[in-house]
Amino acid sequence: MLRNFFVIMLVLGFLIPGFLPQASGAEKEPYPVGAVFSVTGGTSFLGEPERNTVKMIEEWVNAAGGIQGHPLKVIVEDTKSDEAQAVLTVRKLLERDKVLAIIGPSTTGESMAVVPIMEKAQTPLISCAAGLSIVTPKEELDHILSAKSFEMPKKQNKWIFKTAQTDTSAVEAIYDHMKKKGIIRIAILTVTVGFGDFGRQELKRAAAPYGISIVADERYGPKDSDMTAQLTKIKGTNAQAVVNWSVGPPQVIVTKNWQQLGMKIPLYQSHGFGSKRNIELAGGAAEGVLCPLGHVMMAEKLKADHPQKAVVMKYKTEYEKRFKTNVSGFGGYAYDALYLVADALKAVGPDKAKIRDYLETKVKNWPGVSGIFTLSSQDHTGLGKDAFEMIFVKNGDWAFAD
Amino acid sequence: MSRKDFWPLLFITLGIAVFPIVAGGSEYSISLLVFLGINGLTTMGLSLLMGYAGQISLGHAAFYGIGAYSSGILTTKYSIHPLIAFLAGIFLSAIVAFLVGKPTLRLRGHYMAVATLGFGEILFILFNELSPLTGGPSGLSGIPALTFLGQPIEGSAYLYLVWAFVILVLIFSLNLINSRVGRALRAVHGSELAANAMGVDASRYKVQVFVVSAIYASMAGSLYAHFVTFISPSSFSLMFSILLLMMVVIGGTSTIWGSLLGAAVLTLLPEYLRAFEDFDVLVYGIILMVVLLFMPQGILEGLRGFMERKRGSQSKSHE
Amino acid sequence: MSRTGIGPSPIDFPTKMTFTSQLIQFLFTGLTLGSIYAMVALGFTMIYNATGIINLAQGEFVMLGGLVIVFFTMILKIPLPIGFALTVTLVTLVGALFERLAIQPLKNASVITLIIITLAGSILFRGLAMFLWGKDPYALPPFSGGNPWHFMGASLQPQIFWILVITVLVVCGTAFFFNRTLVGKAMTACAFNPLAARLVGIDVQRMVLLSFALSAAIGAIAGVIITPITLMDYERGPLLALKGFSAMVLGGLGSGAGSIIAGFIIGILESLGAGLISSGYKDAIALLVLLAVLWVKPSGLFGSAEASELKKF
Repeated sequence: MLRNFFVIMLVLGFLIPGFLPQASGAEKEPYPVGAVFSVTGGTSFLGEPERNTVKMIEEWVNAAGGIQGHPLKVIVEDTKSDEAQAVLTVRKLLERDKVLAIIGPSTTGESMAVVPIMEKAQTPLISCAAGLSIVTPKEELDHILSAKSFEMPKKQNKWIFKTAQTDTSAVEAIYDHMKKKGIIRIAILTVTVGFGDFGRQELKRAAAPYGISIVADERYGPKDSDMTAQLTKIKGTNAQAVVNWSVGPPQVIVTKNWQQLGMKIPLYQSHGFGSKRNIELAGGAAEGVLCPLGHVMMAEKLKADHPQKAVVMKYKTEYEKRFKTNVSGFGGYAYDALYLVADALKAVGPDKAKIRDYLETKVKNWPGVSGIFTLSSQDHTGLGKDAFEMIFVKNGDWAFAD
Repeated sequence: MSRKDFWPLLFITLGIAVFPIVAGGSEYSISLLVFLGINGLTTMGLSLLMGYAGQISLGHAAFYGIGAYSSGILTTKYSIHPLIAFLAGIFLSAIVAFLVGKPTLRLRGHYMAVATLGFGEILFILFNELSPLTGGPSGLSGIPALTFLGQPIEGSAYLYLVWAFVILVLIFSLNLINSRVGRALRAVHGSELAANAMGVDASRYKVQVFVVSAIYASMAGSLYAHFVTFISPSSFSLMFSILLLMMVVIGGTSTIWGSLLGAAVLTLLPEYLRAFEDFDVLVYGIILMVVLLFMPQGILEGLRGFMERKRGSQSKSHE
Repeated sequence: MSRTGIGPSPIDFPTKMTFTSQLIQFLFTGLTLGSIYAMVALGFTMIYNATGIINLAQGEFVMLGGLVIVFFTMILKIPLPIGFALTVTLVTLVGALFERLAIQPLKNASVITLIIITLAGSILFRGLAMFLWGKDPYALPPFSGGNPWHFMGASLQPQIFWILVITVLVVCGTAFFFNRTLVGKAMTACAFNPLAARLVGIDVQRMVLLSFALSAAIGAIAGVIITPITLMDYERGPLLALKGFSAMVLGGLGSGAGSIIAGFIIGILESLGAGLISSGYKDAIALLVLLAVLWVKPSGLFGSAEASELKKF
């Protein structure tokens, strides 16, 4: 019946034209940079501060006259924490907005989905996610993961960079501290989503080289309400410490459960713990919890001559003033990514290949929020374990651990 | 298929054929329509199950996942040809659907829903836990693109590939509906008791439809895997099963066209809502509720009813 | 104990927890979780009995309960008991409003459409919660202090006892309501046969409204009592709904007592599964048990085969 036909036409007629590319005005002046974050959805605790940060930086840069007179235009898209959306938004930014580079995505999974697209489009991607797999070609990654000794990759994806510290660095910082304290048997507790799983892989991979044995390997879901069962099981082992790897509410629940069970062994959290809010929510249970944190969390306590001091102090104070909420390390990834691109634009102008080359060759000892970056053709991450300091919670605030 | 289905089918075929030109080669628009096609493929199967066989499945994301992971694992870890992996996925989905369907389909209504939900959840947990095979929560990357005579199938070519599947499956489904099997199905949906009394073996047909719908989902999953080249369990969760269900209901369960319409609406709507940023979930919920309140039979029926009333009032005014 | 604020000292290794202590711990965790699942399942059952539909927004009532009481007690600084009462009242009103606006207009629609509309409602509530409270989790102080009691090597928080006691009160209250009051018996009549109920003068529409209101109230109570232990955020609803729904089906659709017992069973299975078998597969264990039961007895543990035949879906 033609009625079916008309109905379908009617609906599609409304829907489809919205997605056809529009003619773009001949705007040569502003430098368009894309930003793809998970502002909503399961990993919004990453995307929201990242989005806030780039908006803030865009204003700073333009208030100071832009980049060599050209205004910086940051176009932010929300992936809703979904890989398919990451693919769509990246494609949209590349085609309709004709961006010179893309910052983000916020998670390793989404980044992995868009890496092939960026490589094909020969446009630099500066991801804000932690996974080593983002910047490392698959064969190289498989090779180092199955290697007998603990190695770092020697080859990197040409157009892909990232600013978040790798989970490896966070794990190394924790293991260094444990070695100092004589801890050799640990229990690990991880969440069954990307962030937790990467942490788990790295915890297991780095354990043997550090002389640490993992006596319990427990997991929980991202929406679980209670982890007492897992912690109880751990209490029945001879673990000397617990390492929890998750972000969001589960971190706090684990902390509370740890205290409620009266566990005497120390609790180490991942660098995802780095937010004052987590300490508040734990309601006192967080006293003594240890974690590796980027320097921005300790901004006030850094020595005046620390190379990152000026950068992190400014970022922290301005962010907290403007958004009326505690700063987090996650927003810092976006800060570093955008400023790296801005610096590149300033030096070489709106040329994708030149921006890429600049990033790979000219970024040495660059003080950012997440650490001091040194990029090279073998290392598109630029950070090592010294981007982290071991911190513990003392009287509801962060303190350097010894 | 009947004559009334011919024109919409032709329209869709032609529409897809010219779409890349109309869209100016926009990869974004093409990707969107690829996702639409993939979702439509899955919802068509679900529509057969729900609309014609009257059964509900809250675990269809599992079959989608089986297809995706079969293609993904076999092509990356074992370097098996994508076509064989594709068929393996179909085969596996069919077997699983048969094994799950047989005991489940003798349950009633909500019990069947929960059984399919339980099955879907268990498979999701397996995707997450069998890390050496599936990559666990970190996912499986590096799934190769499909190639034809050495050339990778990308962009518009992939669009044509996906929609070729959609159209072929659509034709197959329409033929199925209008065949003896289809009529048997509708009899079962109407009243299982009566159908049995007339000699229609209700459970056998129900299981068959379940298997067919699982195969559609598996095909869609494989196509998804080769398109995004990275899959992780989060794409195959209960949330996705429920989204598929919503697509079918919103489009209209009475015909298979409804499921395509529903897939179109729910795939494209979020793109429109991007402008709302943080409010998009709220607006999405409001739109869904409004649509359901005003068109409880689905959009297809709702608009059709609207047009019929218009036509009716026109003819009245002539008198 | 190494919680003095100077980082852990070189570790003295503490004695391992004994198996019995662990079992007791698992049991109490299971009971705690089980109470919440039981209450969610009870909410599901009430609505199912009155209408035949599955209210997929049930989890959101729990979520709202937790978030609203945080608003009253932490932001407005209203004392807990008053805040509790206000929260339950407010969420009950939300449930009633939801019924009037979304369910009642569609009373002649198919059951599946109604279920999808409760789904849309769930999305709407989540969007609203995200808008009002953001994405952060919120905490509530425990009702009577956070120091755990020690019992045979297990550490039990006082809040657990609050949860168990209040759950028992809710269960007794609903049993009394359904068996002893006229309104309650009217609702039960509607569950068995709406046509017959209407014939004897029972206002079925009003019973539907009441069922939603009561379910919302119970959900809110569950939300309030669980938040001190587990925090609450805008996305907590769907998983709870899933567990509660599984419990309802396990217990036998339409059986209030069945839902409650099944809720506790699922909670304990999860806890024991995580502790004794594998924490990664804990949800699968509960589901497998559910599927096994359904295979053997398709109407659930306590459901009757005839009652399930009578339902339209």
